[in-house]
Amino acid sequence: MTKTLTRRTFLKVSAAGGALLVGGYLPGFGETSRAEAAGVLEPNVWVRIGADDTVTIMLSQLEMGQGVMTSMPMLVAEELDVDWNKIKTEWVPADLKYGNPNFGGAQLTAGSNSVRGMWKILRQAGGTARALLVTAAAQSWNVEESACSTEKGEVIHKASGRRLRYGALVEKAGALPVPKTVALKTPKEFHLLGQSMPRLDIPEKVNGRAVFGIDVKRPGMLVARVVKCPVFGGRVESFNAEKAKAVPGVRNVVKISSGVAVVADNYWAASKGAEALEVKWNEGPLANLSSAEILKKYAALAEQPGKVARNNGDAMAALKGGGRSFERVFEVPFLAHACMEPMNCTADVRSDRCDVWVPTQGQTASHQAAIAASGLPAKAVNIYTTYLGGGFGRRGEADFVTDAVETSKAVGKPVKVIWTREDDIQHDYYRPITYVRMWGAVDESGQPVAFMQRIVQQSLMKRLGPLPPDGIDRISVDGAATLPYDIPNVRVEYIETDPGIPYGFWRSVGASVQGFVVEAFMDELATTAGKDPYEFRRGLLSKHPRHRAVLDAVAEKSGWGKPLPAGHTRGIAVMEAFGSIVGQVAEVSVTNGAVKVHKVWVAVDTGWVINPDTIKAQMEGGTLYGLTAALKGEITIHSGRVVQHHFNDYQMIRHNEAPEVDVHVVSSTENPGGIGEPSTAVAAGALANAVAAASGKRIYKLPIRV
Amino acid sequence: MISLTVNGKQYEVDVSPDTPLLWVIRDAIGLTGTKFGCGLQQCGACTVQLDGVAVRSCGMAVSNVGTKKVTTIEGLSPASSHPLQVAWIAEQVPQCGYCQSGQLMSAAALLAKKAKPTDAEIDAAMSGNICRCGTYQRIRRAIHRAAGA
Repeated sequence: MTKTLTRRTFLKVSAAGGALLVGGYLPGFGETSRAEAAGVLEPNVWVRIGADDTVTIMLSQLEMGQGVMTSMPMLVAEELDVDWNKIKTEWVPADLKYGNPNFGGAQLTAGSNSVRGMWKILRQAGGTARALLVTAAAQSWNVEESACSTEKGEVIHKASGRRLRYGALVEKAGALPVPKTVALKTPKEFHLLGQSMPRLDIPEKVNGRAVFGIDVKRPGMLVARVVKCPVFGGRVESFNAEKAKAVPGVRNVVKISSGVAVVADNYWAASKGAEALEVKWNEGPLANLSSAEILKKYAALAEQPGKVARNNGDAMAALKGGGRSFERVFEVPFLAHACMEPMNCTADVRSDRCDVWVPTQGQTASHQAAIAASGLPAKAVNIYTTYLGGGFGRRGEADFVTDAVETSKAVGKPVKVIWTREDDIQHDYYRPITYVRMWGAVDESGQPVAFMQRIVQQSLMKRLGPLPPDGIDRISVDGAATLPYDIPNVRVEYIETDPGIPYGFWRSVGASVQGFVVEAFMDELATTAGKDPYEFRRGLLSKHPRHRAVLDAVAEKSGWGKPLPAGHTRGIAVMEAFGSIVGQVAEVSVTNGAVKVHKVWVAVDTGWVINPDTIKAQMEGGTLYGLTAALKGEITIHSGRVVQHHFNDYQMIRHNEAPEVDVHVVSSTENPGGIGEPSTAVAAGALANAVAAASGKRIYKLPIRV
Repeated sequence: MISLTVNGKQYEVDVSPDTPLLWVIRDAIGLTGTKFGCGLQQCGACTVQLDGVAVRSCGMAVSNVGTKKVTTIEGLSPASSHPLQVAWIAEQVPQCGYCQSGQLMSAAALLAKKAKPTDAEIDAAMSGNICRCGTYQRIRRAIHRAAGA
């Protein structure tokens, strides 16, 4: 359900924005003309087969650790029946012909949409290439196509034992018309998909050779640090560059739209120059804003009804209808992404062209930012991507591109802008602070009869375009309006507001809030009803067999109900997020207010599987990302600025605190769901429920404080 | 000019003496496998070895390196052959990969001291290295694997 809503959302948004997209948008297909080099078969924009049998697969979805550099080519290679060892990959530039249909045809790696958006396109790309090669071979042998099969880069005519390498067929195949679509394999026919293939990016990530954005070098390149106003919305009133320029190695000090760039021969000189720079800020209208004040306003807003995102039965009447009813208030804070690689970008702006090297999640957004900042036409602006040292939604933004392009343009030289960790923590687009009122009721028999929610949050959809006519932000209510439990009276309301703090897409986005809020509240309904939290949920999932299977699996694997060491407790949660169903059980103990997470079990149904070990890795890592936020994560606004600075006051889970995460993939033949975000969304829910079981106090606020 | 030995090679670098070793390695020598993550010795992405001991290169002025031999990820082994690198691949450890040079340098310093570290010893040696992608359990497995445990 989530998937459909989210997709529709993006379709609507893109339609409103005038971007190209139709439902069956398949970039690279149906083109009437194709340029073909001699001895190379290029049946679409995704695959190129050389006479030497080399198969090059184009990569548009960007690699930030989630394994797309491997999973995307696997989709092509499966249908192409190619020898995996002969695969080469190539990153594509900013070019809409490589767009992701789940983002209206924009090139964007986000929302766990790489496989979901691209699997059909990439399998068709491999399948059409294969069909051309089969036709070419059949014609060469003068046999029926149906008598031919393919295997590891060869077409085989079994009856006669003849074989032809793909490379030997490229010229003949290149002269054939490209079929618009071909029949795809059924999951039973997969030989590559479903196998754990070693990730293609890992070898160069163990020897320092992998090139991240921060590693880009250009001839004559300078390095810059940008000094930004600590208060959101603040502007440079004036600055004195004298002391900054006195630092050896500092070349220029220039005002750009986000602050003042100190440009030097190397990072250390730029850094010392930035420390020496004197800036007078006009702090603007937000200089007195605080998180406490924001929450106070949100609480006042929540006194009034919101826009109705879901309504079954009559929740308000049911709340007054006897039984045990209660109201709770949940709060979650702003969160920073804290990618390990600080934001950076390298730009070389000339009079007639602009080249940009950037670790980005969105080639299209980076392209647009560079076009705007350079003032050059789109054709003159080139985006080259690198590996991303973490993304988590942060690198879908393009503020760092604007920094670099403006600075390079101002100094007339190639410039690499590198943010500090403080810049990163204090100038993020944060997971929005959220205030949620919740009401629930259980009847005498212990059945839940009402579930009602009122969510106050900045609108994430507004970052993409206008809200739909019903005023409901489907991203903000992701995980809430999609409540799977069979409760007769359900009402979900949404109230949009914007205090002015930059906000954006943080791994699992709206579901990052609801995975906690909904599942913690469901747990309280269960304990109020005097029921076991697992059995209680299970009894409400008869109409959602996938959820129930996942819940059963995670309960079984975790030994739910079996005795635990003294002081240990368990918590459980399940939800649909990004097209996958994920369940978690956390085992914890609480000693003198300190929460220790001993182990987490994850069960996930993500449809038919591409690279199983990548799913496991994403569930492991996504869980820790969610646990980190639930245990430690809080960005606080005071005087219009972020209180936290660094890893000392915005802390991460470390080796000694990291629990084992035991992942079980529940098999399914559904179309693939996302894997990068679901486990993050649900982690706080399972954890909060385990902590509540240990401490006897329900958790209504993150980060968890016992 | 400051002279230092990095991965067995002698370098003369013309940098201000307060420059952190990290930026000498990255900007002056041009070895970019060692990463900048925080600049305050809190994340470990910049970890290198000085005479075999893991140090945060972002917090050490180059003038304090003296005659100690610097080893970076590029010098850990020829052709990714260090048992830890082999184990890192076998366990499919890295996700984004940005912290992994630092993780490997810390782990290599640990194994040089303790051939078969316990989980507690791994915690003690590795907790200065943050991995935002959450690859800790694979790192632990890979260290045990490299140790032949």
